[in-house]
Amino acid sequence: MQKQPQENSENRMAIKKFFRRLRSNPTIFIGFMIVLIFLFIAAFGPFLAPYPYTQQNLSERLQPPSDDNIFGTDQFGRDIYSRILVGSRDVLVVAGSGTVLAVFFGLLLGLFSGYRGGYFDEVVMRVMDVILSIPPLLLAMVILFSLGPSRVNVIIVVGFLYIPMVARVVRSVVLDLKTRQYVEAARLRGETSAYILYKEILPNVLPHLAVESSMRFSYSIFLVASLGFLGLGVQPPSPDWGLMVGESRTWFHQARWVLFFPAGAIAILVVGVGFMSDGLRRMLLPGGVSDG
Amino acid sequence: MADREPVLKVENLTITYDTEKGPLHTVRNVSLQIAPGEIYGLVGESGSGKTTFARGVVRYLPSNGKITTGRISLSGTDLATLSHKQIRKVWGSRVTMVHQDPNASINPSMLIGDQIAEAMRVHLGLNKKQAGQKAIEMLNKVRMPDPELVARRYAHQLSGGMLQRVLIATAMATNPEFMIMDEPTTALDVTTEAVILDLIRELMSEYNTAILFITHNLGVIARICDRIGVLYAGELMEEGPIHEVFRNRLHPYTRGLLGCVPRVDASKKSITLSSIPGFIPRPNQLPPGCIFAPRCDLVEEACQLERPPLVEIGPSHLSSCRRVDCLRTRTKEVEQAREERIEELGPVVLEARNIKKYFPFSGGLTALVRGKKSVKAVDDISIRMRSSFTLGIVGESGCGKTTLARCIAGLEEATSGEIDLEGEHLDYSVSRREPAVLKKIQMVFQNPDASLNPQLPAGYSVARPLTLLRNMSKKQVQERVKELFAAVSLPPDYIDRLPHELSGGEKQRVAIARAFAADPVLMICDEPISSLDVSVQASLMNLLAELQGTAGTAYLFISHDLAAVRHLSDWIAVVYLGRLWEIGSAEDVFVPPYHPYTEALLSAIPIPDPDIEQDRIRLKGSVPSALNVPPGCRFHTRCPRKIGAVCETEEPPWREMEGGHRICCHIPIDELKTLQGGGLLKKAGQGGNR
Repeated sequence: MQKQPQENSENRMAIKKFFRRLRSNPTIFIGFMIVLIFLFIAAFGPFLAPYPYTQQNLSERLQPPSDDNIFGTDQFGRDIYSRILVGSRDVLVVAGSGTVLAVFFGLLLGLFSGYRGGYFDEVVMRVMDVILSIPPLLLAMVILFSLGPSRVNVIIVVGFLYIPMVARVVRSVVLDLKTRQYVEAARLRGETSAYILYKEILPNVLPHLAVESSMRFSYSIFLVASLGFLGLGVQPPSPDWGLMVGESRTWFHQARWVLFFPAGAIAILVVGVGFMSDGLRRMLLPGGVSDG
Repeated sequence: MADREPVLKVENLTITYDTEKGPLHTVRNVSLQIAPGEIYGLVGESGSGKTTFARGVVRYLPSNGKITTGRISLSGTDLATLSHKQIRKVWGSRVTMVHQDPNASINPSMLIGDQIAEAMRVHLGLNKKQAGQKAIEMLNKVRMPDPELVARRYAHQLSGGMLQRVLIATAMATNPEFMIMDEPTTALDVTTEAVILDLIRELMSEYNTAILFITHNLGVIARICDRIGVLYAGELMEEGPIHEVFRNRLHPYTRGLLGCVPRVDASKKSITLSSIPGFIPRPNQLPPGCIFAPRCDLVEEACQLERPPLVEIGPSHLSSCRRVDCLRTRTKEVEQAREERIEELGPVVLEARNIKKYFPFSGGLTALVRGKKSVKAVDDISIRMRSSFTLGIVGESGCGKTTLARCIAGLEEATSGEIDLEGEHLDYSVSRREPAVLKKIQMVFQNPDASLNPQLPAGYSVARPLTLLRNMSKKQVQERVKELFAAVSLPPDYIDRLPHELSGGEKQRVAIARAFAADPVLMICDEPISSLDVSVQASLMNLLAELQGTAGTAYLFISHDLAAVRHLSDWIAVVYLGRLWEIGSAEDVFVPPYHPYTEALLSAIPIPDPDIEQDRIRLKGSVPSALNVPPGCRFHTRCPRKIGAVCETEEPPWREMEGGHRICCHIPIDELKTLQGGGLLKKAGQGGNR
């Protein structure tokens, strides 16, 4: 209890230090800012949007950007700006949940596979190789055709597809860590495998995992957008960005903004997450470890 | 030599690094000269600025480093003012460098011959054929066996010693005026090191190149250099001819460094090593007076007021110590004598009989084609250890000493053999041993950076064995952790620190405390000091000796540093290719008769005294692969005392002498005695007394 204030101030110090390091590199700073802005939009999008995203105004179809509709209107006369604001929630939630799923199972598989070794490792890793050998978009399409397109199914597919990547990265880190002498010292004093994994290995995997997760997240955004574009993701009338790009195909000869704004939103978000993951790598893994 | 015009003349060189925390003056006001054909040894602890200095001299600094003041002249060319384009012409032709790690310095995808030829094609304008010819010539010069063959090989096909020869050949190829050798032998085994040092010495007398030889090993300096400069925190402390400096040691830092090195003729029973307290100051936290003052035992008030200049105190001998006169009168031996312990044989703690460890060599298709083979890392070794007793194991790298230790610890499962601890039979694998047994064997590892979990505070690492193996309550644990930190001389506030806040030596102290927390009867020390500075090594060896005295723990001490093994061990076992060849008390193993392999190891030890002449027994080639162990005596392929066909066909017998000293050799003991005479160390001239 007496230690509390000291720990608090130490935490505050650590946070201050984190922000100082953040500011010292502009790309990292920009990355974090972009991601923060999108998170803000996702949280408050529906309140910020000037119009309901489903409100149609057929007399105002495919209008160019104007004072009333700053990003213009689409084929049903809906306000694109409002749709992008509301749609950000879909992208972040679906891609984010998919990433969390992949990271959770990938971490578990990677930890056990790397630490146990032997046949278990062999079997797990070969299964991962099989999944990796199929083009992800193709595999996602096959699964979604059989499961039927829905928000939950897209999350499951994204999670499933990225488990092998996370598992491989975690496994390679564990393979290195388990020969470290502090792990051997723990074995010498008879620690259980669970203790060694949880206390000696896991904390040292986390920095690598953080970097890998942020990278997976940017790939997930892509995948979710691609699936939306193909009509396999979230279904209309949801304002999913990928879906919006897909629907705009027919119209963009007359109205380029219908394609431009949702596509731009995807690009900016992916670049932002990319900067962030690059920054995380530089901050957490200064040694320059390969990304697997 | 001094009358010749120096090749390299450095005057008041200051090198500054731009860092986030402002400029760091890493090297300050260093002046020195090197004559043609002279080898100048630069010595100092890590962080003293040796490498920065060497790189600064040839303007090969990282982008944030620059020369702030000073002049560097290389045979009249002022290097400090040359443009980038001009200096590139100097690099590789007039100045060359030999690095520490031969594996990292040689392009693995390039033929050795092409690699040597490259420098000559660029700088001497030779065509491909001429350069290729010259490369083979160079390989011949560095005494490479089969130079034509080696020229067509890749780096991975050569051993470390051969690669280092290739690097030297590359560096010599353009016949440079000045050459930098940055710890060229540190990564090598003693036997290989001795051969390379001989080679450098011979080549120098032939080529007349000026050499700046950087090392932390005073023994190497004593063997090869003409002059020595002692660098401390970026400033020269003492400089002079090698004999002059080693005999008189007119700076407390030099004296301290030399006192830290264990001697081959004394052990922990008779002396405690001196060590230098404290740390090298960072360039931004220098004391106002003499920079060595905070660690000096001769310090007076005046020392702390003003930075003393480097002054001449003898024939071309410089020292920056104000109290040189006091040093002159003081006896040289700063080591404290220790009371001889009365030897009493304790109870047997560990008995390992016929330990074997074979690693299967690549399974899968290779095994189908070539048949199953195995690497015989440890092949039938038996040892016995008593409490309060240290068994030292020595041998070149790859001889199986670490594998043996790991088998005993249970980290590696032995293939066959028996391990008894205090009369109880031990399981091969650590995961099947009972907690009561586990606490009895603990280990201190080689690499201090990997031996503590970077995410856990130091105190946690020490506390964990207490809760796990000794079932202590929280309060008892806290008490005991404090005691253990005190026992390894660490202040109590280190308990909450994370490993990255500790220095290498401090991490190793925590690792020792962690091992002792379990209260073991046997402690395995696998090269615990080899990656540390000499002064830290000395204090750790003292600590280990002291803890053994109080706790009565048995040590299995593994090292390739024979002097360290000699200092700490009661008994020494010599291992080669997975087998024991000689075992006996430390005193017996270090005097004749010895096994020819031991003899070669001993003659290769670099002794930090240029006045001692060692017999030169050099081993040819490198250790044979443990996949194809030579038949008969395993050492016959390299043995300088091979007697004939019997060595190649029959396994040699064990020959026993007084005091349990045993040698495994075909040569009878009496014959070995006459062959080896009075021992390896001879005093040359009338140097200081050792």
